[in-house]
Amino acid sequence: MTAAASGARPPAGAGAAARTLRIARPVVLLAFVILFLIPVYVLVVTSFKPLQEADPSSAWNLPHHWSTSGWSSAWDALKPGLENSVKIAVTGSLISAVLGSLNGYVLSKWRFPGADAVFTLFLFGMFIPYQAVMIPLAGLLTNMGLVGTIRGLVLAHVVYGLPICTLIFRNYYVTIPDELIEAARVDGAGIIRTYWSIIVPVSGPAFAVTVIWQFTSMWNDFLFAVFLGAPDSWPVTVMLNNTAGSGAVAVQYNQQMAEALLASLPTLLVYLLLGRFFMRGLMAGALKG
Amino acid sequence: MTGGGKGRRWNLRRSRRWLPGLLLVSPSIVAIGLFVYGLIFWNTRVALSGKHDEVSPYGFDKGKNFVDLWHQPSWPGAVKHALLFTAVFVLGALLLGAFLAFLMDKGIRGEASFRVVYLFPMAVSFIASGVVWRWLMNPAPPQRAVGFNQLFDKLHLSGLANDWWQDPSWGMAAMALPAIWQMSGYVMALYLAGFRSVPEELREAARVDGASEWKVYRYVVFPQLRPVTLSALIILGHISLKVFDLIMAIAGKQIITYVPAIATYVEIFDRHDPANGATIATYLLLAVAVLVIPYLVWSVRTERNR
Repeated sequence: MTAAASGARPPAGAGAAARTLRIARPVVLLAFVILFLIPVYVLVVTSFKPLQEADPSSAWNLPHHWSTSGWSSAWDALKPGLENSVKIAVTGSLISAVLGSLNGYVLSKWRFPGADAVFTLFLFGMFIPYQAVMIPLAGLLTNMGLVGTIRGLVLAHVVYGLPICTLIFRNYYVTIPDELIEAARVDGAGIIRTYWSIIVPVSGPAFAVTVIWQFTSMWNDFLFAVFLGAPDSWPVTVMLNNTAGSGAVAVQYNQQMAEALLASLPTLLVYLLLGRFFMRGLMAGALKG
Repeated sequence: MTGGGKGRRWNLRRSRRWLPGLLLVSPSIVAIGLFVYGLIFWNTRVALSGKHDEVSPYGFDKGKNFVDLWHQPSWPGAVKHALLFTAVFVLGALLLGAFLAFLMDKGIRGEASFRVVYLFPMAVSFIASGVVWRWLMNPAPPQRAVGFNQLFDKLHLSGLANDWWQDPSWGMAAMALPAIWQMSGYVMALYLAGFRSVPEELREAARVDGASEWKVYRYVVFPQLRPVTLSALIILGHISLKVFDLIMAIAGKQIITYVPAIATYVEIFDRHDPANGATIATYLLLAVAVLVIPYLVWSVRTERNR
């Protein structure tokens, strides 16, 4: 025991280095915390400044008078977009989860010949640049009478979300013992009954991960919205970019920053409250989670 | 002969086992087949149509458009910008993420809070974070500066003040900063999981053999992280090639930060040239495919073999 311990002890110089490292680690990590929070600081303090204080000379200072005027004009500017985003992200993420669950179930427990090939072809759909389908997609949705509508955006999000949702559920269901499924089959349960009585009751976490993941990506989407949306179906990201983005010059800084925060609050709250599930979604995206 | 019949009957019984599964996923298979592969095919035909004033899959210009694109004044710049952005963003996020994970590997008080801070940018859209980053990276000179340039001035570091993303040659490196901010926490999480999956016995064995802590990392831990590095590279790389939202939010459609994803948008909406838009999108798709397909095949295959 002692012999092993002394053998493991590094030489004296390394010991000093290790001590320095022990002290330096939290300091460096804290420095990065500060760096990471700089944009948040700027957003929050500027958003609460009254109009006359929201000018460059005092930009890094705290507000003298805290004011919510930026927030109320931000709310007025973004309200329709927020409504659209809620409709798109809530409906879309629920449908995505149901489809992902069914696909994941079949691809892990009710496999058919060529299931791996199908799965690989699905996964590629996760990585494609959506620009490469956007022109014909806009044409297709026009023919279906869905271009510029909320339903059209939901359809696009759900279809292009199928790969990641299938992946999350498949990787989750792989951990369920095959014997459970076999036993149900021997008892004469078909594919649907097995799904309903064995798979669904244990799927809670995977549903949470998928809904959160899809909600976040639909809420934050800009590309589909800008190509396929129309003024009355624009989600909050497009409204934000139009009023506080690179093209907007007439809007005051305090309102711009309040808008950016307002548009981010739902996903930030989801992340802070349900971070554990959010993390698992992230890891699933790396395939080898 | 009878053997064949038996085989067929056997196949029939087997197919009764898997057919319901196939039926259940068939709507998704049809959807992916149509919306992903069908539309990619359609888009390629538009790119090859040689028609520059209407969306048409008919006509064939023998790929002339794919060559002509390189003679457009804005295109070589767009490619150069995308490559510079990719190099800075991928390397930056990878190194910073790995470094943060390395510092947290041995456990640290308040680890959960550190993780929350490093990861929260992932939950925010580029459009929203672009609003504040555009302000932070404002290129105005110190006397009327905002953002970082003003901060540098206050800290008596005005030498650091610069043009940020409006610098003609290195602007895209500055443009990569918000992307690094957004994605390095994710890389950190990947590496942290990787570090923690190296069995403690392996490290202990190396220590017993007299390896210093640095050598334990160098020869035991880091080699185990190659799959993590590969995953991170692929994910960051494909995000980088497709970068669109961030640049739209910070710079809009300016030539100085022109990249292929922006060019597609401009060709379609502003220049009304769908064939050019489709051609650029096809180049983007090819770039992503070269990166992703080998990785996908490899990961599905290794998973099967496990």
